[in-house]
Amino acid sequence: MMKWVFGLMLLLSVVFGIFTGNTPGLTESALNSCVEAVELFLYLIGGMCMWGGFMRIAEKAGLTAKLAAVFRPLFVILFPGLDPKCKAYGLICMNVAANVLGLGNAATPIGLNAMHELEIEGKKASLDETIASRHMIVFIVLNTASITLIPQTAATLRLKHGSLSPFDIFPAVVVTSVIALAAGLAVALIFNAAGNRKGNR
Amino acid sequence: MNYTSYIIPVLLALIILAGFVKKVDIFNEFIDGAGESLRVGIGILPALIALMTAIGMFKASGALDAITGVIAPAAVFLGFPPEALPLALIRPISGSGALATYETILSEVSPDSFAGRVASVMMGASETTFYTVAVYYGATKVTKTRHTIAACLTSDITAFIFSALTVNLFMN
Repeated sequence: MMKWVFGLMLLLSVVFGIFTGNTPGLTESALNSCVEAVELFLYLIGGMCMWGGFMRIAEKAGLTAKLAAVFRPLFVILFPGLDPKCKAYGLICMNVAANVLGLGNAATPIGLNAMHELEIEGKKASLDETIASRHMIVFIVLNTASITLIPQTAATLRLKHGSLSPFDIFPAVVVTSVIALAAGLAVALIFNAAGNRKGNR
Repeated sequence: MNYTSYIIPVLLALIILAGFVKKVDIFNEFIDGAGESLRVGIGILPALIALMTAIGMFKASGALDAITGVIAPAAVFLGFPPEALPLALIRPISGSGALATYETILSEVSPDSFAGRVASVMMGASETTFYTVAVYYGATKVTKTRHTIAACLTSDITAFIFSALTVNLFMN
């Protein structure tokens, strides 16, 4: 996917640049943008490490596990028919808790384990393992539309560009991500229910 | 809006207190966590260089303006600032691409302007959909993803529309 995005962007810019006669601008931006990338990295890495450090303490203090316990009852609606005692269920709770705390690095390995366990649950119900199960779809929506409590990257970059209160987007981010998640889940659950009626789980 | 300035300090204090209560070696765990983030950061640097170069050239050539110009009327109709459009296009595809585009937008419009805030809310409230879908199904034998993409893109598009609506509601 990215090879096409990268390649087409470069080729299009060269063609467009020659067409509009702006080849000096092209050269200059090629030589400057890579330096800007390193500057951007330097700007972000401090905040990333700071949150990574605090979140590691939160994880070790059991805050992630506490959050996971809060989510447990909620998931009965999202994963109907999934045994709350199975391994997949516990992993899903941990994954969502890690996402909410902004622990992306911790969330992904847990999430991949959960996918594997969901596959095993599917086998138990003798489902075709090349077709995504309804639980997998809902779980992936939970991850692509994850609710983040701290918009850290956005706040850091706003501060860099002179924002007067970089965290003032906080309420808007929370409301937007909750509504976006609800919309994605609604589509997933409606299609799931429709598939159920056709006998396709 | 001043209460938002309490969130981060109080959160950090709570984490430290929880660490003390559970007898966590807070300093060494902080160092460990920060070290892991540093490795992640260094991991995305090459992609960031590649994509910022491509985006920089794309912008300099005038191609970005041309594409944005075509979609802009639809965006304006939905109350979406055209300056933030490039971010909406790249956000579901690439995390480092989105970061690079976001940085470009903030260097052009003020972070406290309408477009700057909408772009910021989008950065905070949406994810790299296609990457996540690919990685998660990569852990299984699934080849038919059924309505996964439809559901995920619904959530992305909702996030884009509501980023403009909520910024209007909360801050303008």
